[in-house]
Amino acid sequence: MGSSMTRGDIENLATDFYGLLESFKHAPLYHISFEIFLVLAVIWLVVFRKPRPIEKKLTEKEKQDLIDEWQPEPLVPSVDPNHPALNVRVLDGIVGKTVEIDGKKSLNFATFNFLNFVGNQRIADKAIQAVQKYGVGSCGPRGFYGTIDIHLELEERLARFFQCEEGIIYSYGFSTIASIIPAYSKRNDILFVDEGVHYAIQKGVEASRSHVKWFRHNDINDLERLLAEQEVLDKKIPKKARSIRRFLIIEGLYVNYGDICPLPRMVELKYKYKYRIFMDESVSFGTIGQAGRGVTEYYSIDRQKIDLISSTLEYAAGSIGGFAVGSSFVVDHQRLSAQGYCFSASLPPLLAAAAIEALNIMEEDNTLLFETIMEKSKRLHKKLLSIKGYIISGDEISPLKHIRLTHAFNTIGRLEEIVQFAQTRDITITVARYLNDEHLLPEPSIRLILNVEMTDEELEFLCAVLQEALVKVTT
Amino acid sequence: MKKEHKDLCRRQSNDDFEETPTWAAVITVLGYALLSVLGWLRDFLRNIGIEKKMTAQDPNPKDFVPLYQSYECFYTRNLYTRIRDVFNQPIASVAGATVQVMERLSEDFNWTFKFSGKKLPSINLGSYNYLGFAENSGPCSEQAIKSLEKYGITTSSTRHELGIQQYMNDLESLMAEYLNVEDCIAFGMGFATNALNIPTLARKGDLILSDKLNHTSLILGARLSGAVTRTFNHNDAKDLEIQLRKAIIHGQPRTCRPWKKILIIVEGVYSMEGSFCNLREIIELKKKYKAYLYVDEAHSIGAIGSHGRGVVDYWNVNPKDIDIHMGTFTKSFGSAGGYIAGKKSLIDHIRIYTHSGCYSTSMSAPIVYQIISALNIIMGRDGTNDGQKRIQQLACNVRYFRRQLVDMGFIVYGNDDSPVVPVMIYMPAKIAAVNREMLKRGCAVVTVGFPATLLTESRVRFCISAGHTKEMLDNALRAMDEVGHLVSLRYSKRNPSRRWHELKRADYDKEYF
Repeated sequence: MGSSMTRGDIENLATDFYGLLESFKHAPLYHISFEIFLVLAVIWLVVFRKPRPIEKKLTEKEKQDLIDEWQPEPLVPSVDPNHPALNVRVLDGIVGKTVEIDGKKSLNFATFNFLNFVGNQRIADKAIQAVQKYGVGSCGPRGFYGTIDIHLELEERLARFFQCEEGIIYSYGFSTIASIIPAYSKRNDILFVDEGVHYAIQKGVEASRSHVKWFRHNDINDLERLLAEQEVLDKKIPKKARSIRRFLIIEGLYVNYGDICPLPRMVELKYKYKYRIFMDESVSFGTIGQAGRGVTEYYSIDRQKIDLISSTLEYAAGSIGGFAVGSSFVVDHQRLSAQGYCFSASLPPLLAAAAIEALNIMEEDNTLLFETIMEKSKRLHKKLLSIKGYIISGDEISPLKHIRLTHAFNTIGRLEEIVQFAQTRDITITVARYLNDEHLLPEPSIRLILNVEMTDEELEFLCAVLQEALVKVTT
Repeated sequence: MKKEHKDLCRRQSNDDFEETPTWAAVITVLGYALLSVLGWLRDFLRNIGIEKKMTAQDPNPKDFVPLYQSYECFYTRNLYTRIRDVFNQPIASVAGATVQVMERLSEDFNWTFKFSGKKLPSINLGSYNYLGFAENSGPCSEQAIKSLEKYGITTSSTRHELGIQQYMNDLESLMAEYLNVEDCIAFGMGFATNALNIPTLARKGDLILSDKLNHTSLILGARLSGAVTRTFNHNDAKDLEIQLRKAIIHGQPRTCRPWKKILIIVEGVYSMEGSFCNLREIIELKKKYKAYLYVDEAHSIGAIGSHGRGVVDYWNVNPKDIDIHMGTFTKSFGSAGGYIAGKKSLIDHIRIYTHSGCYSTSMSAPIVYQIISALNIIMGRDGTNDGQKRIQQLACNVRYFRRQLVDMGFIVYGNDDSPVVPVMIYMPAKIAAVNREMLKRGCAVVTVGFPATLLTESRVRFCISAGHTKEMLDNALRAMDEVGHLVSLRYSKRNPSRRWHELKRADYDKEYF
């Protein structure tokens, strides 16, 4: 028998159902569309969604076995005990125009002591005074009582020397440009970088996580090609392109090649393609230009057109550390965003004092020092060119030159032999050292560096020894 | 024997992190919200021209892509500039136990500063001078001056090219002896020591497990290495174990290949929290799971431990259990630079592959000689017990200072023996208030807020030095007591709020020597 529905029940059901349909007719549109959406969603979930695969669950024993079986690699691979880095030369005394190795003095063409400020008595005296006033270390980062009045003085002097609005100093040359680039260029930005830039710039570029477009070393046409390609891409996404910053990263005088960048054309292109220029003048500071102000002075370009010039105090200035100069708009940002500035102890005051005195000397001599070094570089270049069998790379006014043997002969082994031979004749030179993970490893070379105090006879002697060495190595 | 047992018991005490009171957190967030609203209003007024734009303008034409996003600078323009005078305060003397702070005045609410010429003599509670070696006279600076005359300031060349001076070998072997390890290598900058050397130890295919509160240099080094970096909760050995197990069982993401090696990176003393790492537990884990351990002792070397040999000394562990010892010379040795120490094979590898070997100038002679003389003093090689006295003085100063702060009702973070003493402030306006009021009372302190710390956890961080006398500490405590009362900093629920004069002086004096 069961529960048979009475006629009355059926009638009630029909009325209810009819009432339901009527209510649908009177319901607002949004209500109906929402209901339809829900129904469709349920249908989709039931019919179309693939079931998630059940995760493989490991037993405790399996997990423990995996842990027990896992063998890590050794922390470091084994090294060759004869590697040159483990058997470096041990020096003694001041490494100035001459250097003492194993008790013998030799002429020094290996260190970045362009203006011979290493061992300068005036600079040493100022440094000693600074130790007697401030002690040795600065004991804190710039934000926490590590800013000493001597730092502010050095920053102001550097800005004045370069005729820029503001300067900022760092406590380590390598960290300067490596901290600057990531402070401005972020993930979505584009960096146009010369392939021949030195390692610190490469690390800065890597740390920034931006898109990097490398152009062939000093090849302005290749740069234009990249810029034109980017312009085409920009036209396709105009709105996004308006928020992508672009930077050109170059060196004034390249450490790895000794040649000067084609700055005038790069500045022209800057206004055409709207990018900012960050130029590293580590080598050209104090060596190029009438008053040592670098490549901008050499080309007579208005320094305001370069957004940021970074450099080091470790070469011409004979101290330690690095700095950057530019407009306040650009430089001030680093005081809160450059990691090597904010999170590191500030430059020891004695090194800042040494740099200030170096600037004093540079400004006193005004043009004589720089005319001399450019003149001697030209003379050295001519003399080197007259030695057959060497390929000289570098501009004639560059105080830094790379010497290579002709192609088939040019190996590190032979260059080392030349260096060793030169040492026996009391000339100290060095093979340029690089790490293997450089972006573009330069060909092996001997890096010759001119000290402004070298006399003509000494330069002749250098060339004579190089000639002799060549004969010895190639026979 | 009894004293040793007491010492060990005290060392097992966990680092103290009293919880933020809820009402303080709420008011702090409201404070930042109010500042943001005001900031938007001021930006609006600047954009429509009613208020003058005080920031420097871009010298390039207007159609260049803006160098900074406006929201990036929002914080700088509207929050940071209000209290800019408490940061980057210049000094005009040695950063010793006392310091001369140069007075700066601003007529336009911190947009520009002028020096009044006045120098404010203050007790230095901000510089990292744990053993008091920041001196401009004495055996260390004499050695530094002598070395300047003998070696000049720099060699202007890199380690791999021209070579090194004998003093570098001397420093490295002395440091290795001090740390009781096989070999050591020194660099010119502490930050660069981490950033340029971690990439030589880890690469793609490796895993780095880094404490959440690690220093920026460690994070940068880990990032540049190319290895995968994962973080574990601060000082939490249980979380570290979970991460280790997960890593070994599941392998690399996506490919599931086993990791080539796992490197755990921790710090000895964390500079913003003052906590010590649980070295014993971490070493146990490292041995159990065959990982490698890197300990950054930037703040702990020289400052912690009965012989000043850092957390290794403090927890009395075998130095050979730590694979890579790293530290800096800036804090306890009054100089500059960093070092890495460990087995000879490790150091040889670093000598060859470090980025500073080929591309950075060698360390400067006076810097190195300062470290060597400080080390000789600490190790007692100068024939005096000055080194041991300094270490004990520091430990005593730290206990004296911390105990009284806690007993007054302030929330103090970190380990009881840590020379880094963070006291919580929470609210943004108090960051400036505490700094300015303390300076008025002759104490130079460091106050930090967002983004160096979490948004709601602003603090004032004291750095105690062995050079501080009892009188200086008393003055500082008195000043903190007044400022704490003025600005309401006594947040602790565990300890009742007490004024300094209410504390029983005898209790603290008898422990001080």
